[in-house]
Amino acid sequence: MFQLTRSRQDLYLNVFLKINGYFSFLAVFLIFLFIGKESIVALSGHSTAFIFDKSWFPSEGQFNTVPMIAGTLIVTFGSVILALPLGIISSLFANFYCPPRIKIFYRRAIELYTGIPSVVFGFWGLMKLVPIINEFQPPGQSLLAGILVLALMIFPIITLSLISSFEMASKNHFKVSESLGLKKSTYIWFVLLPSLKGQILGATILSTGRAIGETMAVLMVCGNIVKIPSSVFEPVRTLTANIALEMAYAMGTHRSALFLSGLILLIMIGFLLLLSDTLKKRFAWKD
Amino acid sequence: MEGLTKSISWIIGIALIAILFYILGDIILVSVKNFSLSFLLDSPFSGGRKGGIYPIIISTLLILAVSLLVVIPVGLTSALFLAEFAENNSKSIAIIRKSIEILSAVPSIVFGLFGNAIFSVYFGMGFSILSGGLTLAIMALPLFITTVEKGIRSVPNNYRFVAFSLGMSQFTMIKSIIIPYALPAIFVGIVLSVGRALAETAALIFTSGYVDRIPESLFDSGRTLSVHIYDLTMNVPGGDINAYKTSLVLIVLILATNTLINILLKSWYKKRIAL
Repeated sequence: MFQLTRSRQDLYLNVFLKINGYFSFLAVFLIFLFIGKESIVALSGHSTAFIFDKSWFPSEGQFNTVPMIAGTLIVTFGSVILALPLGIISSLFANFYCPPRIKIFYRRAIELYTGIPSVVFGFWGLMKLVPIINEFQPPGQSLLAGILVLALMIFPIITLSLISSFEMASKNHFKVSESLGLKKSTYIWFVLLPSLKGQILGATILSTGRAIGETMAVLMVCGNIVKIPSSVFEPVRTLTANIALEMAYAMGTHRSALFLSGLILLIMIGFLLLLSDTLKKRFAWKD
Repeated sequence: MEGLTKSISWIIGIALIAILFYILGDIILVSVKNFSLSFLLDSPFSGGRKGGIYPIIISTLLILAVSLLVVIPVGLTSALFLAEFAENNSKSIAIIRKSIEILSAVPSIVFGLFGNAIFSVYFGMGFSILSGGLTLAIMALPLFITTVEKGIRSVPNNYRFVAFSLGMSQFTMIKSIIIPYALPAIFVGIVLSVGRALAETAALIFTSGYVDRIPESLFDSGRTLSVHIYDLTMNVPGGDINAYKTSLVLIVLILATNTLINILLKSWYKKRIAL
């Protein structure tokens, strides 16, 4: 920041801190290097195998990852579609409808959701949610269970982000709209929400990223059958669950195919980051 | 419209609280019914169906210790560089910020793959406390850096002006002004990292492994509480009750860290207002 005095000690300090400052860059570089390097075996020789193989049969050297990619996309899409209204409406509840004295407790409760580890969500889902779904339509471990559990895990991201931006925005124009005689709901649907489009979009992208990368809960409640599901009651296997299930004993090309799954996840996340950067410029939201 | 918005808000608000109480209540009720202190002090046997979680608590603490030993020095120096040394709009800052952003978006299972490839295989550490701890360290790093950097940036500029006008070297200023002032933020960063590490499972399954004995050295495999819950639920029929109890222990630990963060943040704000 300032460079008025400079002892020798300071010079060393500068160099030392600069090297450490680049540690994050080094980490990202190494992640791409190692995940990429380990994927090469699966990509070389028959480079399109991961799309055109018959199916995912590691013992027969068949590594079609399309069902898992589809699984990840479907579970993510479903849970975000469900979490978005949950997140928006629960933050409306916190800011406009719940008694002010309760608001702080309500917020704490939503924060509690984010404190529950994903493995505990998975455990609860398997113990309580899956048996309930099983009564309607066996086997219970299904796409639906995954979507429901995942939605409960990611909606707090949207809620917590919106609670604070609703507060800020309401400070600016809630009183004005009240004095104009607008009803609360008119204000919410026609003034507040349109003015916060960017914020909602940002929170949605953040929660999408979380949903794509989520492993344990999905692994425990989704049933993990390698097949593109044709209804919400059928089991599904995501890319993340695939890695977690098979990594322990995978060798050779099989192991490499799992790293390729990891690389595909990284590409999805990278795409989301790019999307978020472009949209951020357009809609100007704050993190 | 008004009535509809109001009633839907109430329904969803209450439903979400009810689900939260259902999840936590279920875990608390089942665990408390079967809990005894020996659960925390005994070793597990018969695959974890019986016995306690003492070795698992030890492994968890060791993995936490390893990751904190890396996160604190590396994160603190990175944050100092970002907040105090680098030019604000320089290229290097942009690269580092982008890296931190990417690092915090990488899915935990990919950290697991990476940790397995680099620490377990490339550096030959195998499935060990060390591999797991180092993997977690890289995972927790972005959160720690961002928190600490905010703390360092909250040091009022006047302090820096005075330090320089007194002819202090940068080293002295950082050691005796910046770091003491930013100490609460550093603690918050540490506690956040601990919370993140405690909750993590996917990155550990194939870096620190499954072994449920007390590790004899950092090169031994050891499972954390979260991996134990996963294993009991998925691989051990009849492990439910102990999975419930382990979940309770894990949740209590995580809630304790969250409460600690809130208390620290409050004292941090008070300090800022007082000055």
